[in-house]
Amino acid sequence: MLKILKYSFYDLIRSRWSYVYFLFYLALGFVLLFLNNDLSKAVITLMNVIIVLVPLIGTIFGVMYFYNSKEFTELLLAQPLKRSSIFLGQYFGVAGSLTLSLVLGLGIPFVLYGLFRSEAIWDFTLLLVTGAFLTFIFTALAFNIALSNENKIKGFGYAVLLWLFLAVIYDGLFLLSLIVFEEYPLDSFSLAATMFNPIDLSRTLILLKLDISALLGYTGAIFKQFFGTNLGLMVSVGVLLLWTLLPIWRLSFKSKRKDF
Amino acid sequence: MPKKVYLAITAMIFGASLYGETITICPSCEITSIKKGVELASENDTLLIKKGTYKEFNIVIDKPLTLLGEDFPIIDGEDQGEIITIISDGVTVDGLFIINVGTSYTSDYAAIRVVKSENFLIQNVVLEKLFFGIYLEKSNNGKIYHNKIIGDAVDEYNSGNGIQLWYSKNIVVENNIVQHVRDGIYLEFSDNITIHNNTSSNNLRYGLHFMFSNDDIYTDNTFENNGAGVAVMFSKKIKMQGNTFKKNWGTASFGVLLKEINDAEISNNTFEENTIGINIEGSNRIVYKNNDFINNGWAIKVRGACYTNSFVNNNFLYNSFDISYNSKLNDNVFENNYWSSYTGYDLDKDGIGDVPYRPVKLFSYIVNRTPETIVLLRSLFMDIIDFSEKVSPVFTPDNLVDASPMMKKVGS
Repeated sequence: MLKILKYSFYDLIRSRWSYVYFLFYLALGFVLLFLNNDLSKAVITLMNVIIVLVPLIGTIFGVMYFYNSKEFTELLLAQPLKRSSIFLGQYFGVAGSLTLSLVLGLGIPFVLYGLFRSEAIWDFTLLLVTGAFLTFIFTALAFNIALSNENKIKGFGYAVLLWLFLAVIYDGLFLLSLIVFEEYPLDSFSLAATMFNPIDLSRTLILLKLDISALLGYTGAIFKQFFGTNLGLMVSVGVLLLWTLLPIWRLSFKSKRKDF
Repeated sequence: MPKKVYLAITAMIFGASLYGETITICPSCEITSIKKGVELASENDTLLIKKGTYKEFNIVIDKPLTLLGEDFPIIDGEDQGEIITIISDGVTVDGLFIINVGTSYTSDYAAIRVVKSENFLIQNVVLEKLFFGIYLEKSNNGKIYHNKIIGDAVDEYNSGNGIQLWYSKNIVVENNIVQHVRDGIYLEFSDNITIHNNTSSNNLRYGLHFMFSNDDIYTDNTFENNGAGVAVMFSKKIKMQGNTFKKNWGTASFGVLLKEINDAEISNNTFEENTIGINIEGSNRIVYKNNDFINNGWAIKVRGACYTNSFVNNNFLYNSFDISYNSKLNDNVFENNYWSSYTGYDLDKDGIGDVPYRPVKLFSYIVNRTPETIVLLRSLFMDIIDFSEKVSPVFTPDNLVDASPMMKKVGS
């Protein structure tokens, strides 16, 4: 598995798209910091970008890589290798290189602007950790979709739809249900609904760590109580971990049974 | 400034000595207690209180006297009750350090209470460990100048206010520092009051609290990190100028809470990092001019029954919500404000944007309706529907626009 991981990783590191992705974040970080020079504010703006773009790029990249390397995968399948290690190796290669681009691309400008001397370091770390989680989650989901769909167009369609659903439509339905059931106590419901969507979970986690929590007011008290404490943080990270592990498990499970 | 103060003090001492005698009180003097001093003094005398600790309470000043402390003598009330009660006109209290005012659930013990008196001056007094600080009761034409009140309030029910004015008129409250009490400065039924250059911070409830007080003016004060900010209620013709409202950050916290306020003027103030900058309820004919709203959760929250207010030349910078409205009706005017989230253009280069700005987002309308939806703050979905509402308003008041938004910050 490690060999394949290494191969995929170096293959991607050498590819143009990783550089584009890396340079994009590098430019974004520098421009943001150049424009307002305030680390903690840049973190908020960055959050908006991360919770939308990272999942999208993870999804697209994952599907693309899977389909593109299909012939190579089939070649590997002919070798005496464990199936799960082939697919997991590829998966970790893609997710790892994407995460590396993200962390380095954003890390370098922030470090240059004095992150280590700033109080925003924990917020920033949280941002990068959730960013990495989102990359792993959405790449895994994309691999699952690609594995289940031979048809490339269909696979792409489903992948984009998945992103659209979790990033936009889910919130729409969430909002709708909140309004429809506004007569009922909704605290636990909204807490649960946030947990079920990794994008929402990341957003809430970052928002509550930033100074914005008081905005949530009385209704947000339960959120603050939950996410604001260490236990809440642990549970959220646990849920994110679960979101990562489940698709990976399904990936290895499916790949073993799939007939190529 | 200190020179002026000294000059004033010397002038006062000089003036006092013209009229009356000076009685010296010190622990090793002939007269060792302030009570005794007051008893012996005749009208217009000066009591010079030298450095030392005086364990006294219920000192009643019933004739025009000057109480002058030298090097801040300590008057320790030992939590027994009220310390100084002034019931005569023309009393000056200067340079005392008063601690340990008694706490009571039935009467409002104060460090210095002025009852039905005129022409008093309370200055350079330091109050610590107090219940109520300076309490004016039906007293007019006085001045409270340059005092420092540091409380240790923990709960609202057993703490008092720093400076309290009740049925008092023509009072100047200037250069005071009030911290850690229930309400920093509290006014009830008090008209023609000037509150200038005070700092009221870290108080349990309000930094400044107004009730039924008309024609008052407050300028250049700083209100920071108070439990619920500043509340101005049921008052007319108030002027608020050049004040700073900062970091009133909490679930039920406001920079300023306006309730039933009419004909007020709010100008040149700074509202920074408050959960709600100004919360307006039932307030009419108020002019908001040249204020800066920076990094607030809600810059202005309009709760309803607010008519004929005008918002002109204000800066709205980086607030999560600029304006929140809970009705579709709008009778307020927004003109020539700068909005940091304005995205329009200015083709004729006259400094005024060509596209009107809509300060009420659909999201703020939804949050008003169902407060739980705030958890969707900063989500992509909200940005999308905000954008579509901006293009064609359906839910937000369609005449609520700033038709002439500024392209550059006002005053820069």
